[in-house]
Amino acid sequence: MGETVPQAIAPAAIDGAGPADHRTPPPPRRERSPLSSVALHATLLVATFIALFPVAWVFLASLKPRAAIQSSEIELFNSPSFDNYRAVLFDTSFPTWFVNSVVVAAFTMLIGISMSATAGYALSRFNFPGKRQLMWTFLVTQMFPVAILIVPIYTIMADAGLIDTKLSLIIAYCTVAVPFCAWMMRGYFDTIPRELDEAAALDGLGPFATFWRVILPLARPGIAVTAFYTFLTAWGEVAYAIAFIQSEENLTLGAGMQQFVPQFNQRWEYLTPAAIMVMIPAGVVFFFAQRHLVAGLTAGGTKG
Amino acid sequence: MTATELPPAPRSRPLKEPSRFRRSLGRHWYAWAMVLPTVFVLAVLVMYPLVQGVWQSFTNLTEGNQQDVICTKTLGGGETCKDNPNQAEFVGLDNYVDLLTGERGRFWEQFTNTLVWTVACVFFHFTIGMSLAVLLQRRFKGRSLYRVLLIVPWAVPSFVSAFAWKFMFNQRFGLINSTLEAIGLDPVEWFSHRWTALFACIVTNIWMGVPFMMVALLGGLQSINQDLYEAASLDGASPWQQFRNVTLPGLRPVSQTVVLLGTIWTFNMFPVIYFVSGGEPAGQSEILVTGAFRAAFEGLRNYSLAATYGVLILSMLIVYASVYRRALRSQGEVF
Repeated sequence: MGETVPQAIAPAAIDGAGPADHRTPPPPRRERSPLSSVALHATLLVATFIALFPVAWVFLASLKPRAAIQSSEIELFNSPSFDNYRAVLFDTSFPTWFVNSVVVAAFTMLIGISMSATAGYALSRFNFPGKRQLMWTFLVTQMFPVAILIVPIYTIMADAGLIDTKLSLIIAYCTVAVPFCAWMMRGYFDTIPRELDEAAALDGLGPFATFWRVILPLARPGIAVTAFYTFLTAWGEVAYAIAFIQSEENLTLGAGMQQFVPQFNQRWEYLTPAAIMVMIPAGVVFFFAQRHLVAGLTAGGTKG
Repeated sequence: MTATELPPAPRSRPLKEPSRFRRSLGRHWYAWAMVLPTVFVLAVLVMYPLVQGVWQSFTNLTEGNQQDVICTKTLGGGETCKDNPNQAEFVGLDNYVDLLTGERGRFWEQFTNTLVWTVACVFFHFTIGMSLAVLLQRRFKGRSLYRVLLIVPWAVPSFVSAFAWKFMFNQRFGLINSTLEAIGLDPVEWFSHRWTALFACIVTNIWMGVPFMMVALLGGLQSINQDLYEAASLDGASPWQQFRNVTLPGLRPVSQTVVLLGTIWTFNMFPVIYFVSGGEPAGQSEILVTGAFRAAFEGLRNYSLAATYGVLILSMLIVYASVYRRALRSQGEVF
């Protein structure tokens, strides 16, 4: 985005976001009538219920035997046990898919971060010819529909004999991950005061040494969040995985779990425990990352 | 390092002024060196396939004619290769004409679905997210607990959410139909009609997308200068007037960004439609992105048609983004 975009949104605007946190305090507690207090809590309770319910329902279903899952009677429990979990872990390829997803997401994350960290710094600190074009390119790549790259990347991979490998997925995910990481990290580097760079320059450090020895250590939380989010994006991707992977032992989670629920003979007693097991690591990672996440996205999105 | 390695180098610089270029290189070489890895990845992984994709949309490339040469094994174990007579060739705008006139594919049906889908999802994401953000901005007991619990849908990977809602919308034993029956209504065959199928997908996506809007708008609310509220209430503004005249203008920078991002993300949202409705009934609930995917990877794989979809989708988004930004600029975006 160009310089014409408003600068008013501070990256630190979000609860506890980053080092430069100078938001104004929430409004002082005003007198609230008991009635409006009840209405407030009632609304939020309903919203929370809706937010949690599908997850809870899938969890409850995962504890039921097959016949009870596929019955139209509404019951919370029906002879609950972890038999379905055992079945998924030992009778299906779910563990293999899980490992594949971890490998693909981890490598995407490592490549995404390492290829884009310096670029994020350069975009945050220096004015150089080509900067605007590069920012614009990052923005447009975020706009790319999966439809425009999937076919050419597929044909390129097919020519290279890489179809049905994890490497092809890692390469494909990097098309999104690298510009995304550069964009996010630029937002974090922006929150680190420039005075530090100037001090480092006075001490005789060159731009690369400044980046490596001064800024990078300070940016660790931001890098961690970017890494987490890149990991989660790759963890949840399905379109490339379905298109590129053909053999059972190379599938990742989304594409693999789809096989539990084909048109006919759907095995919900496999899908529900698998869904819960996919959710848990994602949820844990996410809650560490989310506080800083929106700050980075919106900061990158509004400053140019 | 030479100029050719640096795609973002400005084109305006005339070649006959090497001294100026050298000066620029001397001043900016470290910045360029720092962006080089990213530029390299973008060029190889994004630009090259993009150019290839645009080119493919002007050919008749399918699964059947993608090979340049056909190789046959001979008895001696060797291989003889000859040119593929049916090799994919340049066909000009044929794909675009066919797609836009409905000769092949179902572009306009999918386009309508995409519009309904995007507008409905972004509208409800924004309004629900805004209401929750306004509620959560007040101070009361349990505020941060609510905040954490309301973010849960964002933490769930999108394909898992899609499966969860597909499970609940199941026509035979899904919770939603069971509930309808329990309160004396008829169950709905969700995936037997175009609009009910789309409705199920939209509900799923609204559930998934509200937390992002809520958190982003909450951040925006907290960055509004509280003195403005004080001044407004001194002037006797009602809560509604304060919301209209202080909150909304103050939120404008954040809401512009999240609405733009949200629209683009929803437009391109693949897993929800693909898993929840799967295009049922008979492909009537597809959006453009899933339509392109099916053209490319199901049945006889029509790569060129899918590439055409891709080019059209990307052009629409670029036009949308620039019109959106121009419209905002003409309103004067700084409040």
